Amino acid sequence: MAADNLLQKDRPAIEVRNLCKNFGDNEVLKGIDFHVDQGEVVCVIGPSGSGKSTLLRCVNRLEEPTSGTVLVEGVDITDPETDLDKIRTRIGMVFQQFNLFPHLSVLRNLTLAQQRAKKRSKAEAEEIARKNLEKVGLGNRENAYPAQLSGGQQQRVAIARALSMNPDMMLFDEPTSALDPELVGDVLGVMRQLADEGMTMMVVTHEMGFAREVGDRVVFMDGGVVVEQGDPKEVLGNPQHARTQAFLSKVL
Amino acid sequence: MKPSARRRLFRGVLYAVFVIVLAAVILVADWEAIQTNFFNPQVAAAAFPDVIITAAKNTIIYTAIAFVGGLILGLILALMKLSPVAPYRWVATAYVEIFRGLPALLVIFGFAFAVPIAFDWRPPGGSAGAGLIALIIVSAAYIAETLRAGIEAVPAGQREAARSLGMNPSWTMVSVVLPQAFRIVTPPLTNELVILIKDTSLLFIAGMALGERELTTFARDSVSQMANATPLVIAALMYLIITLPLTQLVAKLERHNKRGR
Ligand SMILES: Nc1ncnc2c1ncn2[C@@H]1O[C@H](COP(=O)(O)OP(=O)(O)OP(=O)(O)O)[C@@H](O)[C@H]1O
Ligand SMILES: [Mg+2]
Repeated sequence: MAADNLLQKDRPAIEVRNLCKNFGDNEVLKGIDFHVDQGEVVCVIGPSGSGKSTLLRCVNRLEEPTSGTVLVEGVDITDPETDLDKIRTRIGMVFQQFNLFPHLSVLRNLTLAQQRAKKRSKAEAEEIARKNLEKVGLGNRENAYPAQLSGGQQQRVAIARALSMNPDMMLFDEPTSALDPELVGDVLGVMRQLADEGMTMMVVTHEMGFAREVGDRVVFMDGGVVVEQGDPKEVLGNPQHARTQAFLSKVL
Repeated sequence: MKPSARRRLFRGVLYAVFVIVLAAVILVADWEAIQTNFFNPQVAAAAFPDVIITAAKNTIIYTAIAFVGGLILGLILALMKLSPVAPYRWVATAYVEIFRGLPALLVIFGFAFAVPIAFDWRPPGGSAGAGLIALIIVSAAYIAETLRAGIEAVPAGQREAARSLGMNPSWTMVSVVLPQAFRIVTPPLTNELVILIKDTSLLFIAGMALGERELTTFARDSVSQMANATPLVIAALMYLIITLPLTQLVAKLERHNKRGR
């Protein structure tokens, strides 16, 4: 068992091989090879409709891959024998639209899955939840309901909710795209802190500043393929591909 | 004529018609006969207290049983209708279509008389019990459609958030989807409840013992006993006392929901 764990440490946190995904006859992912190493922060950028969300959602199988392999810490998540619910507790996910549970208080949002999926006691779940609310700067809002919070606060609660499962890695799908500009900074600040603590992160984003400063690697996708990837300063500062150049000239 | 003058004239005519009709009714109506036949104090006194301690009470009990039973069966049917297993969907769809298409009276009659004969079945609670089972079965068909719509109205992101946290499909349904679905369908469900209160009046066709009678059966019996319509008026008032707060509640919830969006 111990040897097993050691072996897994060498493996990438996420490894995607030749991943294809079709929606009907719409080929959205056309043979993606992609990985995120342990402790690495990978930012995925690209034009709208290029398949960034689809790739991210295939990692925890919210989307069913059409073909190819997705390994999470060495475990093939497309294998029917894999306990998907258990794997998912190790992969935190943050959505563009926050997706907090509107009928539950902030604290309950954070404890529900801990109790249901991790079988933690209420007391333990609440202790962990409070610690994570503190961490995202919302320690005083545990009794609020999501509708009473600003977008930025809701997204930070959503991050705290994902963290409360003690995941090994975090997936972010445009976490700041639905926010008013003045609220973006708080959320990016929390993500930056997570990165500094060594969290493995896959971040789909349009925030080029974040990608440059926090990302260890940037992956540029277009038309369902990875066009270019590498050091953020290289890819963003000196893109090699015409499509990357065209995209960056529009967003920078 | 100016448009504003025409509008004023038109309004004046409407008021005039109203006043004339009202006056005609007041003058023509035989108030004495109406009072002795519909608002007769002696007949009214005779109806009490049974109309409350038996009839109104039974109406409420029957409604509660039919509604709770209908909710449970309706929820099962709604989940079957959304099931990935096709035969479950077929069964649920057929059920809903059949029992929404049949008159409730016919179903109640069938369960009280036809089914017991055909299958040599002794319904629990006698014919009132058989009628109630029929009422549950019919209301479940309507409630199932309401609940299915509510479940589908919960945004997909809610289910995805719960699943991405590792919650299994059952917990996701119970802790995340259903609480929100029930909130969405509270106004239409309250409407179903009001309809059900009135539908308990159809139970008379099952034939009920004295102590089992609900408002309408009680009123019918009293009317023929006393040869006077006053019990009917009392029963009508009882129905309104029960249903008016509920319809007001629905209106309030709908206003509240509209503002929420
Ligand atoms: N559930 C779905 N059913 C059908 N088509 C879908 C579905 N989800 C995504 N698509 C299609 O897949 C393509 C890629 O979508 P995806 O959301 O992955 O793009 P994206 O890169 O995340 O874009 P954006 O920046 O707009 O979020 C689009 O053409 C989209 O219409
Ligand atoms: Mg997207």
